[in-house]
Amino acid sequence: MAEYKEVYLTSDEIKTDDYLVNMGPQHPSTHGVLRLLVKLEGEKVLNVQPHIGYIHSGIEKMTESLTYIQIPHLTDRMDYLAAHMNNEAVSLCVEKALQVEVPERAKYIRTIFDELQRIASHQLWWCAFGMDMGALTTFFYGLRDREDILDIFEETCGARLTLNYSIPGGVMFDIHPNFQRDVKAFIKKFRAKLPEYERLLTGNVIFRERTKGVGILSKEEAIAYGVTGPSGRASGFSCDIRKKQPYSAYPYVKFNEIMGTDGDTFTRYHLRILEMFESMDIIEQLIDNIPEGDYAVKMKGVTKLPEGEYYQRVETGRGEFGVYVISDGKKNPYRMKFRSPGFSNLFAINNIAKGWKIADLVAIMGTFDLVIPDIDR
Amino acid sequence: MAFNIYDFTPLTKSIHDSLSASLSPTATLAIEWTIVGVLYLLFVAVFGLFLVYAERKVCAAFQQRLGPMRVGPWGLLQTIADFIKLLMKELITPKRADKLLYNLAPFIVIIVAFVSISVIPFAPGLVSFDFDIGVFFVTSVSSIGVIGVLLAGWSSNNKYSLIGAMRSGAQIVSYELSVGLALITMIVFAGTMQISGIIEGQRDMWFIFKGHIPAVIAFIVFVIAGTAETNRGPFDLAEAESELTAGFHTEYSGIKFAFFFLAEYINLFIVAAMATIVFLGGWMPLHFGEFEAFNNVMDLIPGLFWFFMKVFFVIFLMMWFKWTFPRLRVDQILNLEWKYLLPINLMNIILMTLVVLFGLHF
Repeated sequence: MAEYKEVYLTSDEIKTDDYLVNMGPQHPSTHGVLRLLVKLEGEKVLNVQPHIGYIHSGIEKMTESLTYIQIPHLTDRMDYLAAHMNNEAVSLCVEKALQVEVPERAKYIRTIFDELQRIASHQLWWCAFGMDMGALTTFFYGLRDREDILDIFEETCGARLTLNYSIPGGVMFDIHPNFQRDVKAFIKKFRAKLPEYERLLTGNVIFRERTKGVGILSKEEAIAYGVTGPSGRASGFSCDIRKKQPYSAYPYVKFNEIMGTDGDTFTRYHLRILEMFESMDIIEQLIDNIPEGDYAVKMKGVTKLPEGEYYQRVETGRGEFGVYVISDGKKNPYRMKFRSPGFSNLFAINNIAKGWKIADLVAIMGTFDLVIPDIDR
Repeated sequence: MAFNIYDFTPLTKSIHDSLSASLSPTATLAIEWTIVGVLYLLFVAVFGLFLVYAERKVCAAFQQRLGPMRVGPWGLLQTIADFIKLLMKELITPKRADKLLYNLAPFIVIIVAFVSISVIPFAPGLVSFDFDIGVFFVTSVSSIGVIGVLLAGWSSNNKYSLIGAMRSGAQIVSYELSVGLALITMIVFAGTMQISGIIEGQRDMWFIFKGHIPAVIAFIVFVIAGTAETNRGPFDLAEAESELTAGFHTEYSGIKFAFFFLAEYINLFIVAAMATIVFLGGWMPLHFGEFEAFNNVMDLIPGLFWFFMKVFFVIFLMMWFKWTFPRLRVDQILNLEWKYLLPINLMNIILMTLVVLFGLHF
């Protein structure tokens, strides 16, 4: 018989299980099939480990067997809230490689579409962020106003979400005769409605308590993680591609790059609201001055890019979207890489959410405005 | 049988008399209990369904929608259809759940809701129990409900449920204090804990007007704490949808989920009814001291109508909160209670005591 022996454990030797919670892939606040492995101590978040790839669709690989005219249509499905910007990035990249000069009219149309898309994207983000914070009414306010933009899109190009509008050489169709009138009507209406957003959420004392000083991302961290777009600018990282490398009609317009300093959740939130105002200013400068002329230059169905490497970036609603093409002179790209803003932004979450509560994690994730197909591609 | 919409005492008395004329006292009591029980069941089911419908319509109005419109006229049958759907759903028990506690929890929650409803007078004479400690009874019974919530979270074998249950435990236990103290403030003013006595005391004027400043403070505190007690937004941390999917009742399905759902609305009714009784005069019509003509006109509206109008007013107020405000964080919710509401409440009791002592009320 074995001898009985008393064993005393010191506190270091006692092994306790971590309280791990899987947020996602099906979870209301991950806005898609993102899985966060969250380590908790009570309500406190100790670690956040994102697991991605649930909606990986191999878009980069698929581009290798498509022609350059076909590729833009695939990019709609990545960041579906910035479909036009994605199209435009590929178009610009191909145009740059082929040294095609796009008609002025197409540049103006593209820029107006960019800004409309940015407003629509921020509106949807605002809806969803309100829901994350528990204010369910925001959802219907935001969607109500977004509908007007989608109607404008539908009138011109037939699609509401995945626009397929920008193609190498210009845009696919000319704008609808009512386009200018509708856009002006929308801006007039939305200028009156946007302060309503501020009254409903921004001015609310509970909302301010929940977001002010929560989840601070420093400028150094933002640069280190490559956090771009409104999330990066809220930390004081000047990263607006529209300013840094103006493309399409952005050189012709005057606008401010809206910057924050605090880098907290509230700054990231409020910056997007201010950006919507700024986007409306940009559209107003362009909408009356769309030059007459062709809306696209004729491109061949199969174009071969000269051998070399090309990179083009654009500013989407979430940040810097880059297209990197390596061409070996054939009709398909040798390799195509998309630099998506969501991917870089997502991985900054772990660092800033540590030590905050679960509710704060949801709020922080909300202000990074993640679109999962954009991350997974 | 004498039926009088203004006073139900003759009706109940005549039923009692006719029963006891032909039956033994025990049998009379048994039949009366059965009748009252069935009536309460009916009331809870119908009123619960109606509140769900009202919530959907109110929320739709805030969100610029129409709400349910397809099933029946103006979607009136929608909640009934939903309820039938819930009845027919499969009851799922998660693997390695604590079966006894898991099945017990929804019953605790719903029984508590039923018990606390029993002391609420709907109209003159329309009440089943009239204790001398009525207000105390409601607060003490309704605090048992938290056990059901804790058990549900604990036994579900789900991490979200557990977090939700812990949150709601901390929250309900804290806000119980504020509810209790706000009621105590008014008990000091009324001088009785008996619900009929409190209502009778508001014959010349409702307490919220009569007690002016301290009563208004107590009313505001009571509505805030009451909203927190019922786990409704902006205090719906226990079932914070965007954080914890559905919180403590994540794993429940079918009729057991319906119990939690129904209990939430019945608790909403109880909080609104208590606010009505203690601050807004229960079924008492709006009276202003010496204005005889005004008081007589107001008396023409039946007490039942007064009671439900006031209850709906308070319920509407609470729905308004829910559909406008974002949710608080768990530490903020406890800060609000312990750092703000509780001290305000304690000061308010002193203020009320002074008001009563020096007769500074109307």
